[in-house]
Amino acid sequence: MIFDYETLKFLWWLLIGVLLIGFAITDGMDMGVAILLRLVGKTDLERRTVINTIGAHWDGNQVWFITAGGALFAAWPMVYAAAFSGFYFAMMLVLFALFLRPLAFDYRSKLESAKWRNNWDWALLVGSFVPALVFGVAFGNILQGVPFDIDNLLRTTYQGSFFALLNPFALIAGLLSVTMLVGHAGMWLQLRTDAEVSVRSAQYGRYALMLFIALFAIAGFWVAKMDGYQIISMPDTQSYANPLGKVVTTAPGAWLDNYSKMPLTIAFPILAFVSAIFAIILSKLNKPALALATTSTMLIGVIMTAGSAMFPFIMPSSNNPNISLTMWDAVSSHMTLNVMFIAAIIFVPLILCYTTWCYVKMWRKVTQTEITNNTHGSY
Amino acid sequence: MIDEAFVDLSRLQFAITALFHFLFVPLTLGMTWILVIIESVYVMTGREIYRDMTKFWGKLFGINFAVGVATGLTMEFEFGTNWSYYSHYVGDVFGAPLAIEGLMAFFLESTFVGMFFLGWQRLTKRQHLGVTFLMAIGTNLSALWILVANGWMQNPVGAEFNYQTMRMEMTSFAELVFNPVAQVKFIHTVSAGYVAASMFVLGISSWYILKGRDLAFAKRSFSVASGFGLASILCVILLGDESGYEVGEVQKVKLATIEAEWHTEEAPAAFTAIGIPDSDEQVTHAAVKIPYALGLIATRSLDEQVTGISDLEKKHEVRIRNGMIAYEYLEKLRNGEDTPANIAKFDTLKDDLGYGLLLKRYTPNVVDATEEQIQKAVKDSFPRVGPMFWSFRIMVGCGMIMLVVFALSFYYNAHRVIEQKRWLLKAAVWSIPLPWIAIEFGWIVAEYGRQPWAISEVLPTFLATSSLTVNDLLFTITAFVIFYICLAVIEGWLMLKFVKLGPSSLHTGKYHFELEKADKQLNQGAQS
Repeated sequence: MIFDYETLKFLWWLLIGVLLIGFAITDGMDMGVAILLRLVGKTDLERRTVINTIGAHWDGNQVWFITAGGALFAAWPMVYAAAFSGFYFAMMLVLFALFLRPLAFDYRSKLESAKWRNNWDWALLVGSFVPALVFGVAFGNILQGVPFDIDNLLRTTYQGSFFALLNPFALIAGLLSVTMLVGHAGMWLQLRTDAEVSVRSAQYGRYALMLFIALFAIAGFWVAKMDGYQIISMPDTQSYANPLGKVVTTAPGAWLDNYSKMPLTIAFPILAFVSAIFAIILSKLNKPALALATTSTMLIGVIMTAGSAMFPFIMPSSNNPNISLTMWDAVSSHMTLNVMFIAAIIFVPLILCYTTWCYVKMWRKVTQTEITNNTHGSY
Repeated sequence: MIDEAFVDLSRLQFAITALFHFLFVPLTLGMTWILVIIESVYVMTGREIYRDMTKFWGKLFGINFAVGVATGLTMEFEFGTNWSYYSHYVGDVFGAPLAIEGLMAFFLESTFVGMFFLGWQRLTKRQHLGVTFLMAIGTNLSALWILVANGWMQNPVGAEFNYQTMRMEMTSFAELVFNPVAQVKFIHTVSAGYVAASMFVLGISSWYILKGRDLAFAKRSFSVASGFGLASILCVILLGDESGYEVGEVQKVKLATIEAEWHTEEAPAAFTAIGIPDSDEQVTHAAVKIPYALGLIATRSLDEQVTGISDLEKKHEVRIRNGMIAYEYLEKLRNGEDTPANIAKFDTLKDDLGYGLLLKRYTPNVVDATEEQIQKAVKDSFPRVGPMFWSFRIMVGCGMIMLVVFALSFYYNAHRVIEQKRWLLKAAVWSIPLPWIAIEFGWIVAEYGRQPWAISEVLPTFLATSSLTVNDLLFTITAFVIFYICLAVIEGWLMLKFVKLGPSSLHTGKYHFELEKADKQLNQGAQS
């Protein structure tokens, strides 16, 4: 074993964070692009330029999501089991929405028919908006605690309903997720398209970022008032995974405790705000590459803000806070974490290398002339 | 109590979504290599027809690939959404190969598939070939890790039950990866994929030859497909995963049910080529037997026995009784009586815990099972013989027909007389569905044959579900069926459209429909 159990548990908490950040920056951006598609592309040719900025990458980007799911299964099996079955209809909704995207990307431009293409554009929009929204809604619910229970044989049962997920705070979190991804995508399109499309994308991207700043602030105040979870006592962090062995209470504002205990973590919400503001300014100054870099740091800031507020909780239970799942006790065995850690440190850098190569090779402003000249070789 | 209808619906949903997904996977597995072969010829010879072949077959590959990606997501979701106790109980072992699949294989495949389609103008010839190659490697590695995970469900090595965490935990990653069942399954499954892709290309090329269209294009494609197909079908048949049936208890059960081997025969056992299995009487009526064949196929020897169902039943009964005691001790341990003596006792019995859990279907407490319930559980420890017997024979029958088609195609193609053998070309067109039929029935043999287990001898399927309701499942199954039919219709329609268009869909101006059009314009010009 490279590290002791406690260290590996923490490293996997970080790695899941890395995978989620990778997902937001890449696949999240593709979702934002698809949401913007109909707004910034008025003609078929304009829309094709938009789609072709991510044409060669969307599939690889989507694997960040798939791998995050796989890593969740392998590193935090209890969380995977409880969250996926508890949020059954929400997950199915995301799944059915995600079905639309591969087909839409690949099939849309295979036929000339305007109706065919228009329908696929809607499919792209729905297929991207729904997951972006639902992921935010899921986070919003997790922050409030999820009504599930675990029995002595560690079978989880969920006591909520689908519609209970759609509460006001969760919807704000959902919109926050959509606006941050659209803002990020706006900067991407400003950079990678030209003329009208680029101008419109920049504008909508900045609007989205402004909305994001407002929603992030509202969510922050809300979290400060809502019941957070605190661990009173728990088994040793080196010991085997047992979510049934601790005592947990709830208290208003407890989610902010970590920020006073570890003041450095305040850097994350600040990073999110400052990055969003800088992105707006940089976009306005027509520096889209820098703007895109800052929206990326903004996404890191947002995800780490949620993560550090909840640490070590992953999925608190509102039904029975004592059985809340944490990164100490809902994890895999020492050996599994170790094996997967080795796999991750070998493959994540490799993935980053070849992904970068692909982006470099495909890097250009996608223009309408290019699409017209290569109409059968483009999406 | 266990709600049987709910369990059946959970299984039905998984079966529908897995079987549907698996309509698209085999073509992807094989097509990537066919593309590598054709594109290599292009890079070596520089002849444009090979580039066009790569692009055209790549187009059909892409239409198929999109649905494969979309429906593959379902599988990853469903373990958590519909099999949450499974996810908890074996996630520590089963999740690892899935996560590594993502990191090592799926990233590679998906990153380069986009470059394959859209990178033609931005990459050099060699770079593009490299991209195609990495895509093929990624796709096939992906199958490797998925089958490592699946092989573990069939033969769960390298793991041990931990009463403290109430789940299976990994004890050896090497054993998990080098699980003999996973190895043979991998070879068998990917070769079956190569066969599917070869038959697809062979059949469509034959159709063009029959129509007299784009002959140079079609005959070259036919050559590649017949060669690759023959090698692959030989691989599937000779390395059929029957050789994996001697390791692991559940694999033995599968073998006995496939062969309707009710009682252990003297080695080497005869192979029942065909017959009508009767579960109540435990006999096979009207059986046509081939002496020695089963012993040779299954054990690769003349003196090892193939265990019959009645003997396996006796073994299972013993293990169920042990499992009841194991469960009794598990409860003690879970309730704090974890004395060293109890732990030691549990450790000696825990391999039979899964058999004890089979009784949960009849009595939640397990330990108070009646004699009658134990006998029922023994009967439960086998899949039904009928579906196993017939699925296997349909699969093998399709394989044999394909072997003949590929062998003749290869032979006549090598003698350059394929154009005259119109009956063979027609047979090749009609053979296109065969690999899919064989593959779907192969899935049934492997996964229905695993019943009643989700994880062989470890976790019964009926315990592996989530805590949902019958109505939840009726709703999602309906949604899946409707949605998947739509996907299939759109995909099938688009595929057919491009198959009919042929290489003319590349708009190079060199192929059938474009030449026809040019001819007409020329004629019109001459007349006016």
